[in-house]
Amino acid sequence: MSSAPQPAEDTSLRILELAGNLKIRDVMTRKVFAVTRTCTMRDVQVIMKSNAINGVPVMDDKYLIGFISVHDIMNAFEQGWMQDPVTKHMTTGVHTLSEEQPLSFAMSAFSKFPYRRFPVVNRHNELTGIITLRNINMALIQELSRQLNVIETEGGRITPAATSENCIFYRIYRIARYDFESGGKASAELREQLQARGVAPKIIRRAAVACYELEINIIAHSYGGTLTIYVDRDRVRITANDFGPGIPDIDQAMSEGYSTASDWIRSQGFGAGMGLPNTKRLSDEFVIQSGVDMGTMVKSVVYLNPQEKPSDENK
Amino acid sequence: MKINELKFPGLECVQPASGDVEITGGYTSDLLSDVMAHLKEGDALITIQAHKNTIAVASLTGASAVILCHGRTASSDTLAAAAKENIAVFVSSGSQYETTCALAKCLGA
Repeated sequence: MSSAPQPAEDTSLRILELAGNLKIRDVMTRKVFAVTRTCTMRDVQVIMKSNAINGVPVMDDKYLIGFISVHDIMNAFEQGWMQDPVTKHMTTGVHTLSEEQPLSFAMSAFSKFPYRRFPVVNRHNELTGIITLRNINMALIQELSRQLNVIETEGGRITPAATSENCIFYRIYRIARYDFESGGKASAELREQLQARGVAPKIIRRAAVACYELEINIIAHSYGGTLTIYVDRDRVRITANDFGPGIPDIDQAMSEGYSTASDWIRSQGFGAGMGLPNTKRLSDEFVIQSGVDMGTMVKSVVYLNPQEKPSDENK
Repeated sequence: MKINELKFPGLECVQPASGDVEITGGYTSDLLSDVMAHLKEGDALITIQAHKNTIAVASLTGASAVILCHGRTASSDTLAAAAKENIAVFVSSGSQYETTCALAKCLGA
């Protein structure tokens, strides 16, 4: 667990949460300079120089087969390989990220692996972009400058005006590993907020229990993370983001009775393997994404007016 | 049945709740996820889990009371949480089975 990618300081948690609402495809560079397997190391060097870039993917049609970095070019210079085809010296088995993943996964990947850039692929495994730390920094600065002032002055409570005019409640909770003491803080507050709005008790229970399950999941099964609650007139949206260890087999994790909980967690009455299936059953919309060593993101949406289908904004 | 009418041998109230809370049934489980999935509003929660999260679960699900079995004592922070959420806490000297039977008898079930 000590090797897990974790943010160095507490403040990073909030930054990760800011990133949690962004996906990799929102911040990646889409314009990618790539070469085919017939190109030489010299061709790559020219492309790098004229476009001021440090890494060039090697492609067969739309599929990534390797990667050439500045380091590979320097090696080729030294060894006199500049006329060789790229396939001879490229790095193969390149670690890619998926464009659908939350940005926080990319941040974990950068802290876990020594690479400076990751090729990004879509669900068909076709290369669609490249992500570097610079992309992430720019995205975070934009997001931070939009929200940081409000967050600091309101202690995490972002005023509705800061997000959307429909927003009724928006709060980010930091949740620590094994902090069962604090379990239920977010769900208790969500329940109070919904009660104050006169939401039907059955719907309050669904939203609050889903929220509680996600809180306990972060406490019992992750290295820590954040939970964000967003309420507008139509829906409650609960987003849980953690920093790993990630779920190797999501279908298994979603099946009732499967649990990786320790005896101690079980002795606390948790770890029955019902948390995720419960949450899904209670949710009108449910999304889970996980990357091993990167983290897990779960989004649960509960409609406040189930007979009306909410409008699509603020999803 | 009102919460303040609940009486059976071996049962002791360690944290009263204010108001006219009605006990309509019971749910016996030590798995809190299971409780969240199945406890019906108004049920008394019969369990051996004496920690604070039991109160959170009872409160979220609308349990009328928490009954701790085998004479388990609740810590002061559990009782404080119960006071805050206005949930009555009882301790029963019997097992889960005996306590469930006793409650069922009280409710005439």
